Amino acid sequence: MLMSIDAETRTTAATWQRHREARDARIEAGSRLARGKIVEARDATRLMEAVIRPGDRVCLEGDNQKQADLLSGALLAVDLAKVHDLHMVQSGVVLPEHLDLFDHGVAKKLDYAYSGPQSARIARMLFGGKIELGAVHTYLELFARYFIDLTPHVALIAAVSADREGNLYTGPNTEDTPTVVEATAFKDGVVIAQVNEIVDRVPRVDIPADRVHFIVKSEKPFFVEPLFTRDPAAITEGQILTAMLAIKGIYAPYGVQRLNHGIGFSTAAIELLLPTFGEKLGLKGKIATHFALNPHPALIPAIEAGWVQQIHSFGSEVGMDDYIRARSDIYFTGPDGSLRSNRAFCQTAGLYACDMFIGSTLQIDLQGNSSTVTTSRIAGFGGAPNMGADARGRRHPSEPWLKAGSEADPDSPAALRRGRKLVVQIGETFGDKNVPLFVEKLDALELAEKLKLELAPIMIYGDDVTHIVTEEGIANLLLCRNAHEREQAIRGVAGYTDVGRRRDRNAVELLRQRGVIRRPEDLGINPLDADRSMLAARSIKDLVRWSGGLYAPPSKFRNW
Amino acid sequence: MEDLNFQHKARARAGGSRKSAIIGVVASGNLEVLAERVLPDGECRLEIKTAAVGFGDVWQAVVADFVERYSPGGLKFSINDGGARPDTVSLRLAQAVRLIEEDGQ
Repeated sequence: MLMSIDAETRTTAATWQRHREARDARIEAGSRLARGKIVEARDATRLMEAVIRPGDRVCLEGDNQKQADLLSGALLAVDLAKVHDLHMVQSGVVLPEHLDLFDHGVAKKLDYAYSGPQSARIARMLFGGKIELGAVHTYLELFARYFIDLTPHVALIAAVSADREGNLYTGPNTEDTPTVVEATAFKDGVVIAQVNEIVDRVPRVDIPADRVHFIVKSEKPFFVEPLFTRDPAAITEGQILTAMLAIKGIYAPYGVQRLNHGIGFSTAAIELLLPTFGEKLGLKGKIATHFALNPHPALIPAIEAGWVQQIHSFGSEVGMDDYIRARSDIYFTGPDGSLRSNRAFCQTAGLYACDMFIGSTLQIDLQGNSSTVTTSRIAGFGGAPNMGADARGRRHPSEPWLKAGSEADPDSPAALRRGRKLVVQIGETFGDKNVPLFVEKLDALELAEKLKLELAPIMIYGDDVTHIVTEEGIANLLLCRNAHEREQAIRGVAGYTDVGRRRDRNAVELLRQRGVIRRPEDLGINPLDADRSMLAARSIKDLVRWSGGLYAPPSKFRNW
Repeated sequence: MEDLNFQHKARARAGGSRKSAIIGVVASGNLEVLAERVLPDGECRLEIKTAAVGFGDVWQAVVADFVERYSPGGLKFSINDGGARPDTVSLRLAQAVRLIEEDGQ
């Protein structure tokens, strides 16, 4: 009896490198299909079958912009006898193939962050039990788990080019790649990259060769979509009015210099009002100088007018490459001149080094909780919750952070008081198809009940939200002293939605007298200025002109 | 189409001396507002032709808030509405008052 226990203990003790051995066996199996590290595209599915084991955690690089589409197609075609029940751990569920994997049985479990274009289908598949859901994460949260309990066995990534050693150039959309590779390659995982071309020398090394095990050259460039381009022609007067309220009522009094913008039309309107309305208010150099932001074309006029000093980006944007190269004073660029983005670092920058997040949402409830989940769509979170959250680990002071902190807690001694990140939700009271922005109960709660989730998918928690801006006015939630005031402050800017019409008119008027609610007339904003002539650019073509011809908009945005 | 009419008492006469002002366009989701200084100082009237039927109570609320906030005494508003959202209506009404208060014709 004693003997056998000893033997067992010894056996265990002798195998402290099982993961490395398993990794080496996978690479060995894959190498039979490769010349050096290079595998032909037609052999990509066989490569998957050689290196992936049933039940593996697989990160299929699905970023915001850059998609490993060849590899996702190859994975979809595997023999289910060899590869099945995978646990996908990826930030973006963006391509139809990402979900086809679950329909076919290649994959079973999913942990992710964002599912924009697939939001309706992912909801149907969750309800239908096709997907076993781990959790919907924020980007930083999912990246963090790559290093703790969701470390990938195999990473399928995308890059622009590789040399024969396997050094990778990701191009301007570096995005998640360094993070995914770091977690996979240094914990005995296998990294497979699809590249648009194989070259003698890459323009710059974004991923060193010793972290890359296989390279597959794709017939066509990886899929990229322009996600951050808002056509100024589509900006409404209501959005302009709301944007003016934000600039005059929040950016100016707090002196917000370091910030992140969401991707909606309201924030695009703000970007286009800086060189006009902002200039008139004398705010140049005082606000909006440093951004954690993708290269939004709508920011070109403000950059050209000398407003912006520096921008770090999560990813790039289609058509902005030449402009970015020519404006390296503003953007982070590599020795080759092209943008170097990095989602994990930029998210961290947005969380810790920005004083404000301002963005739109689909639903806001009476506590200020907001969600982009509706009963038929689960869009996930992406980056907003990381940037739209107070960073409890923050210790450096700044004027907006301290001012917000003192508004929230006027009684504590200043030296012991935490500052507050400004977290601003901006939008029109009625959104797309006249759907109200304000609701008594979030659809996210209903969804959580139906799917038996322990947590409702809340994008930004009410206790992190500091301001809500609509065309009716600004509600400063920092100045609310109890739940009743908070509710009435929210109702007080909810316009003619049901939530807005059920306001206590006296309570709202009192809040207005205290400056908790501020209307356009309280801020001296002339409604006649809510005019499209106020926008620094009124079309995509105007943006091209502002850029001196450097911005090359994708064809879907060209109408000339 | 639906016709709606609202008559309100206003606290004070609308400022300025212009006789009339027009703003907006008749288009889907938009509206045209003509303001004319033709009524006694303490009165205000709105005559609405709207493409969207059945929103009388929202119009009533929008108009009541407008009169309270802007006190457009002496003004008659003729509105051609292409089914604009209430926030757009509020903005146009506010713009019409500001326009008639401006100097000039």
